[in-house]
Amino acid sequence: MTTIYAAKKIITMNPARPVVSHVAVRDGRILAAGSLEELERWGESTVDTRFADKVLMPGLVEGHAHTMEGIFWRYVYCGFFDRTDPNGKKWDGAKSVEAVLDRLNAAESDLTDADEPLTGFQLDPIYFDNRKITRADLDKVSSTRPIGVVHASCHIMNVNSKALELAGMLRPGINHPGVPLGDDGMPTGELKGPDVMTPVSVHVGFDRDMLACDERGLRDFGKLCVRSGVTTVTDLAARLNDEAVEMMLGVTAEKDYPARVVPLRFFQGLTPAELIDNAVALKKKSSDRLRLGMVKVVADGSIQGFSARMRFPGYFNGAPNGLWYIAPEQLLETYERGLKADVHIHTHTNGDEATQLAIELLEQSLRKHPSPDHRYTLQHCQLADAAQFRRMTKLGMCVNLFANHHFYWGDEHYNLTVGPERAERMNAARTALANGLPMAIHSDAPITPLGPLFTAWCAVNRLTASGRTQGEYEKISVEDALYAITLGAAYTLKLDGEVGSIEAGKHADFAVLEDDPTEVGGENLKDVRVWGTVQGGRIFEAAALSA
Amino acid sequence: MTLPITIIGGYLGSGKTTLVNHLLRNADGLRLAILVNEFGELPVDEDLIEAQDDDIISIAGGCVCCSYGNDLTLALMDLAKLDPPPDHVLLESSGVALPGAIAGSVSLLQGYMLDGIVVLTNAETIQDQANDTYVGDTIERQLNDADLVILNKTDLVSSDERAQVKTWLSEQNNQAEIVEAQHGALPSAIVLQSFATQDREKSKRADHQSAGFATRTIKLDDPVNADQLAENLASSDLALVRAKGFAKTSDGKTKTIQIVGRRWVVSDASDTVTHGLVIIGHQSNFDEAAVSDVISRATL
Repeated sequence: MTTIYAAKKIITMNPARPVVSHVAVRDGRILAAGSLEELERWGESTVDTRFADKVLMPGLVEGHAHTMEGIFWRYVYCGFFDRTDPNGKKWDGAKSVEAVLDRLNAAESDLTDADEPLTGFQLDPIYFDNRKITRADLDKVSSTRPIGVVHASCHIMNVNSKALELAGMLRPGINHPGVPLGDDGMPTGELKGPDVMTPVSVHVGFDRDMLACDERGLRDFGKLCVRSGVTTVTDLAARLNDEAVEMMLGVTAEKDYPARVVPLRFFQGLTPAELIDNAVALKKKSSDRLRLGMVKVVADGSIQGFSARMRFPGYFNGAPNGLWYIAPEQLLETYERGLKADVHIHTHTNGDEATQLAIELLEQSLRKHPSPDHRYTLQHCQLADAAQFRRMTKLGMCVNLFANHHFYWGDEHYNLTVGPERAERMNAARTALANGLPMAIHSDAPITPLGPLFTAWCAVNRLTASGRTQGEYEKISVEDALYAITLGAAYTLKLDGEVGSIEAGKHADFAVLEDDPTEVGGENLKDVRVWGTVQGGRIFEAAALSA
Repeated sequence: MTLPITIIGGYLGSGKTTLVNHLLRNADGLRLAILVNEFGELPVDEDLIEAQDDDIISIAGGCVCCSYGNDLTLALMDLAKLDPPPDHVLLESSGVALPGAIAGSVSLLQGYMLDGIVVLTNAETIQDQANDTYVGDTIERQLNDADLVILNKTDLVSSDERAQVKTWLSEQNNQAEIVEAQHGALPSAIVLQSFATQDREKSKRADHQSAGFATRTIKLDDPVNADQLAENLASSDLALVRAKGFAKTSDGKTKTIQIVGRRWVVSDASDTVTHGLVIIGHQSNFDEAAVSDVISRATL
């Protein structure tokens, strides 16, 4: 059974036939892309014209996201920017503390159980002139039920008095840098850092393991993929115990599950030997829509949290250097074992010292276990300089830059964390490409919204939330940005032979668009409307998704 | 119920696991709960293991070992619910963790009282590690956080080198006590001593650095007023480091008595134990007569 789809335009990302009018699909794979006359020579077929006024692109590939975004939408959206939930409801941004409280109030009045916690997410007070929300503010919403609102960074949370009380933290005498105190000597209700959040977060409705997803969350995440044109998506720090793997295999195998999910096994809690053995075993359980066997390691913390490892001259505001999340010896052993067992490893580095360490250790490991096509990828890698990019190219590495970060926190980096010069070269996409480094760009959803076209817009325009262009030189072309969110990201996952372009033999994965991203102009990329997706030949219309 | 907790820090190769195993073998009846980052290369010598599942290893003598993986705070919250509760929690931090930061997190949790931060160092390698481009500042911060620094693996260096590295360590942290060890062989009285606020000034006195510990085992054949006994043993007059044991009460029940510094706890115990106390004090001021007096006053 062959279906030939006619479209207004098909952007293939195949340089040999960059634009075609038709694509033929058989058994979920692409038979051929070309003219109707060419495709009909394959034999009996049906011509489907439903996309006749649409633009098709390869299904977009998000190389760094977390499926837990699917869970977050059960909570109250408190973000500053407009955002669309899995069911297509667009939530207006809450533009002031009062607006956040109003929204929480509205949600509170819907709760029937008096003890049920009220949970919010995506708060970002940096847009409220850093006016702090206090427990007194949240007590006005309710003083009897616990309330917790996690910030966009996922590393800070605001809670009310009841939540502090349940955690035993509504008391004087707390001496912890992550727990600011008010004039009365009691916690203000702001909790900074995972260690500080956990004792309270279990009382305000957050799952014990914030990185974990569940069946409903994974299905909701799939809907977000359809709405953003994504057909292949990573889950970049998954615990992947037997139960989680069974759950993910089951949900992704459902006949209407719309995405190919690539979960990377998180390194923590395992020795390097266990980690690599585990990844080898997981790989064998892979299905078409659940690709197991890759590994995620975290080398350092975050720049805005001042926990990233920085080289000279360090933080702009003089903060002490950040934290290692893995010892160099263990990272080395992980790389050596990974290369030996042909396990694909992605490493989170934010600060340039962490990037340097990863580069040096991988080089050392490669001398011991030469590997012609390892594609070990640095994730975020936000502060890498040209020399580091050059060396990464030589070593056969890839990079996945955090283009969205530049928009949401660029002003913060300029003024506070790294200062103007280094802020302008953060996520230096042009330098990476100019030095021949295979590159992807990402959202890190739910930290920032899933939406590769928005991510591409960020890399093309390098605007910050305040509207400044930050790093004119590092802007990339629309063409390069579209490559990064398709083949570029697929390459970092070793899936570029299967997805990322529309050409014979590949999976029939398409982003179905109302507008042409190559014609709207770079400044409008984020506004390109997504009709839905085709994944493995199955058609998913965003507007028709069931709630 | 407040659980005393000691954080064991130190870089890779400093001997944390060996120390933990030594403590388990020489727990003197203390039911230890050990928290480790990962089970990996079996943190517990195999002959001590009674049972093992994914998250918890049961160890001879009522001790347990749990791995905390990515969420230490959650693991501590779970551990606080253990029934029966352990006598003492030992938290083996990862090689690059800052034990002071962990101590801060512990201070937020209900049910725990931080006894101290013990940082192990490898006599042979610690100075090189402190000069390392990548981890040097981490090593320095770890040493700075310590209440007690263990200069381990002294068998690998000459006596001159040992003296030199000891001097260097005292320059890094002139507040901490420094003790030498080989293969982590130290009595639990030293490693698990309380550096809690009340004791901090005293335990950091210069003259204490070379002082040893006095340990006495006292049988309790007759019933006692357990609360009174515990409270008086914890009085500052006696200045004990720890006391731990089991006593019979007037109604025939058995109680666990624990004293850590100035804190004391009396809780229900099984009837099958031997009644008696292990008492640990500083050699320099251990008043055996005063201890006997406290015990006889509480005896019914």
